[in-house]
Amino acid sequence: MEQHTVKAFDADLGQLAEAMGRLGGLAASEVADAITALAHRDGALAQAVIDRDHNLDTLELEIEERAVRLVALRQPVAVDLRRALAAMKMAANLERCGDLAKNIAKRALAVGGSEIPEPLIRPIERMGRLVLSRLETAMAAYASDDLVRVTEVWTQDREVDEAYESVFRELLTYMMGDPRLITAGAHLLFVAKNLERIGDHATNIAELVHYAITGEQLVARPKIETVGA
Amino acid sequence: MNTLQTANEFETSIASLEGVESKIDIRNLDFFYGKGRALKAVSMPIAKNRVTALIGPSGCGKSTLLRTLNRMYALYPGQRAEGEILLDGENVLAARTDLARLRARVGMVFQKPTPFPMSVYDNVAYGVRLYENLAKADMDARVEESLTRAALWDEVKDNLKGSGLGLSGGQQQRLCVARCVAVKPEVLLLDEPTSALDPISSAKLEETVTQLKADHTIVIVTHNLGQAARVSDYTGFMYLGELVEFGPTDAVFTRPATRRTSDYITGRFG
Repeated sequence: MEQHTVKAFDADLGQLAEAMGRLGGLAASEVADAITALAHRDGALAQAVIDRDHNLDTLELEIEERAVRLVALRQPVAVDLRRALAAMKMAANLERCGDLAKNIAKRALAVGGSEIPEPLIRPIERMGRLVLSRLETAMAAYASDDLVRVTEVWTQDREVDEAYESVFRELLTYMMGDPRLITAGAHLLFVAKNLERIGDHATNIAELVHYAITGEQLVARPKIETVGA
Repeated sequence: MNTLQTANEFETSIASLEGVESKIDIRNLDFFYGKGRALKAVSMPIAKNRVTALIGPSGCGKSTLLRTLNRMYALYPGQRAEGEILLDGENVLAARTDLARLRARVGMVFQKPTPFPMSVYDNVAYGVRLYENLAKADMDARVEESLTRAALWDEVKDNLKGSGLGLSGGQQQRLCVARCVAVKPEVLLLDEPTSALDPISSAKLEETVTQLKADHTIVIVTHNLGQAARVSDYTGFMYLGELVEFGPTDAVFTRPATRRTSDYITGRFG
């Protein structure tokens, strides 16, 4: 895109995009580490995820302030306005991803001592990788104004929903078969739900990137709601 | 929104009014300053009882377009317009058009305040006397009504005999608006009406414009993009004598259809 006549405007937008990139990176590594901590029963890593969460909160506030300042001082319109507004909403989505990752890490600590059969963990780990790649793709789409990747993330929401559905049923089956697994299973159900929520945030981010680029809202995607919230 | 290529290979996008009645229809309008072609096949509707803003860089033809609407250019030799400007379906460019009558129907306020060197009261009454023969009480009422509609009454009501030239710049401009609306024009043309005013006076004039659209169709030329966004319902973006984009103001300022419009309003122009 061409440069603004007022160079400082470009500098402001650049700093906003750079902060967004950092927040996206932090959120992705929180999610990745939370999944790893759970899969490998790594208590130290889980604790690190929990301890780092405040970094996302701080950065989200910084982004909000930058966006508000941009609106106040530069009075952006059209694509610039859309970028500023999208950044604020994306930052909120990323911060929520951090919170959900933190919650997964806490549950990883909670189930850390108990014996969980591998078949229970693997599907969740797979679902976690799927969700993480969607989040990373959404942020890559943002960084490169890539509508193709936006559409990719947006249309693949269904895969996450299906993964969640299948994990949900598997966990129920195990818990019914062996009541000793109920405590861990309940934690894992929440982990799966958290991952599904992170997937939704990735979709929201894709929608916001689409709005920032085109000015048009993507209409509501089809959602599988058979499991119930 | 679909875009088209014009003869100059600009991308252009002219939206229709969609259900809103038009007061003026500009069709294929060309304008010449001698041999120089200042407007190139401009076609756009002006919505009735709405504010239409014309934006674009200096020299793009927006003031020229405004001056064709009441044939103000006819005062200058060598300037001519071709095409059609239909005011309620009648072509104002037709030779038989009564120019004095046209300018009473299509009033104009200029960039710099131009009060007459006479009292505030007479500034407003002067034009009315040319067209109507009102009794004193009726004229008093007309002056008060016009000054009220221009949001100036409260500031001048105790000094109507004072000179119009004694008012502040912002007050003078609103006096010009009052003078203009006093003859009850159907259309008001405003050529950068706030460029010489401070922010408070500008805000008052913008508020006046918003009030006035209940009774008038308004076209405003402005360099102030924020002002165009604030006061207008429709916006036309002009460049090098062409209308590049025309559409509802909210759409033009949030998701312009053409690259040129986007570059201009976001401050990325050349």
